[in-house]
Amino acid sequence: MVSVAPRLPDGLVAVVKRDCPTCCLVAPVLGEIAAGGRALTVYTQDDPEFPPAVAPRIDDHELVVSWHHHIETVPTLLRVEHGVEVARTEGWSRADWEALAGVTPLGAGLPPHRPGCGSRSVDPSLTDALRARFEGDRLRARRIELGAVEDEIETAFERGWTDGLPVVPPTPARVLRMLDGTRRAPDEVVAVVPPDLVPVTVEKVAINAVMAGCKPEYLPVVLAAVEAACTDAFNMHGLLCTTFFSGPVIIVNGPIAARIGMNSGLNCLGQGNRANSTIGRALQLVIRNIGGGAPGGIDRATLGSPGKHTFCFAEDEAGSPWQPLSVERGFAAGASTVTLFAGHGPSAIVDQISRTPESLARTFAVKLRAAFHPKLVMAMGAVLVVSPEHARVFAAAGWSKARLRAELDALLMIDGAELARGAGGIDEGVPAQLAAGRKLPKFLPGDLAIVHAGGSAGMFSAIIEGWVSGARGSQLTTREVIA
Amino acid sequence: MTTLLDPTSERRPVERPRAPRPPALAGKTIALLDISKPRGDVFLERLAALLVARGATVRRYTKPTFTKPAPADLRRQIAEDCGAVIEALAD
Repeated sequence: MVSVAPRLPDGLVAVVKRDCPTCCLVAPVLGEIAAGGRALTVYTQDDPEFPPAVAPRIDDHELVVSWHHHIETVPTLLRVEHGVEVARTEGWSRADWEALAGVTPLGAGLPPHRPGCGSRSVDPSLTDALRARFEGDRLRARRIELGAVEDEIETAFERGWTDGLPVVPPTPARVLRMLDGTRRAPDEVVAVVPPDLVPVTVEKVAINAVMAGCKPEYLPVVLAAVEAACTDAFNMHGLLCTTFFSGPVIIVNGPIAARIGMNSGLNCLGQGNRANSTIGRALQLVIRNIGGGAPGGIDRATLGSPGKHTFCFAEDEAGSPWQPLSVERGFAAGASTVTLFAGHGPSAIVDQISRTPESLARTFAVKLRAAFHPKLVMAMGAVLVVSPEHARVFAAAGWSKARLRAELDALLMIDGAELARGAGGIDEGVPAQLAAGRKLPKFLPGDLAIVHAGGSAGMFSAIIEGWVSGARGSQLTTREVIA
Repeated sequence: MTTLLDPTSERRPVERPRAPRPPALAGKTIALLDISKPRGDVFLERLAALLVARGATVRRYTKPTFTKPAPADLRRQIAEDCGAVIEALAD
């Protein structure tokens, strides 16, 4: 595996290929330069016998020189002093060639200018393989050579790398392309991943992002999600090993969401959008493959939930009457962020009749009251996803998000007598001594997040129910997305 | 031939043998670790009574929350103070 640029010989250096009319045109000019006694070395990309009249002529069909010296056009003429390129011209321009070569006249019978052709080293059908060959040593991950009859997708299943769906095989070429999505170095440690507490590098995240089906431009979002998941506040370890339903829910804010084509509208909690589908999946594959957290091992969910494949969406900020979640959480407007919530769902809120904020808030409250169990309070969080048609009711009445939250807080102060164990003929509930003679809030402060998303038609909102909240369990965790 | 990059941690954990079982409980100090799950205390109370009846000394510890691993300081303290630990998972 070659990774160091080969040293160029001093004097003039030309890079050509026979399959380029301009190179054929200038072939006699190279002969003129050589005949004039100038030191000239020609690298030829396709036919080692081309151009016929010149020596020394070096075969570069492996493109080692062309790749490492960033040849984009043929012919390219360079002047090299002490092994360092000091001048370059691309294509044919008599004036430029004469100036660079220090020989006049050159190519008397030729037209004054002729553009060159693409270098084989930038041929799109070759670049992946070339990168894997020449830049492959940027990658540190163990290489697994498959036998001729091994199916790469089946291999991924057999080795336990998948979430139950096929993965994109993580070839070096694909991983190098994925790494183009970030400026961060491949060997930079992103986080320490539970449950095995393994430091994960950008490269390993990229490998799992390839498998999940991500495009390179999603990688910064995946990296931020991995960072957020692996904090003590988010508590991925506990979320993984719980018998409960929840998994990491990723909410993306800021301009990156539109830039990478995320869905914040129609069916945004559903299938069909590549970014939504694969970013959440990439995080789960990192937890599985790097952290060692897989169902039946550390993942002890009784039932689980389909969102543990992926649960990722963007907030609809453009259509929202309210401040985005990221700004509420202290980030600048215009910053791109991921916010992680330990949750599952969604659970539907239907209200097609209410046209006043008071009535609609009561609908939200009765549904939120039922989250987890109508008699359990102060233990878990939730994200309320308000759809455009519901948000419009609040916006028309001038209700800010803070106003809605204050109204919900008031509506969700519940009489302890209704919550006590045994009340309503249900043994589940709050211990009698805690419930007696007082009202208790459904949610502790900070445990109910509100975001705006969804298609423009439908008077439906959603509750994403959470897991144990606060310092005892998982806290909403936001990280800025860094390119 | 296809080459794939290993997506796993490539971890090679060191295998350590289990500590030998104590031959008897009498005279031993046994840690009872409550992980802060509801009703874990019921289980541990009963165990404490049984252990004391067999001549063991019992020390009680509590994890701050059942959702997170026991803090390193707590683990160290248990290891320093006690010859064995029983952890209660309950609901």
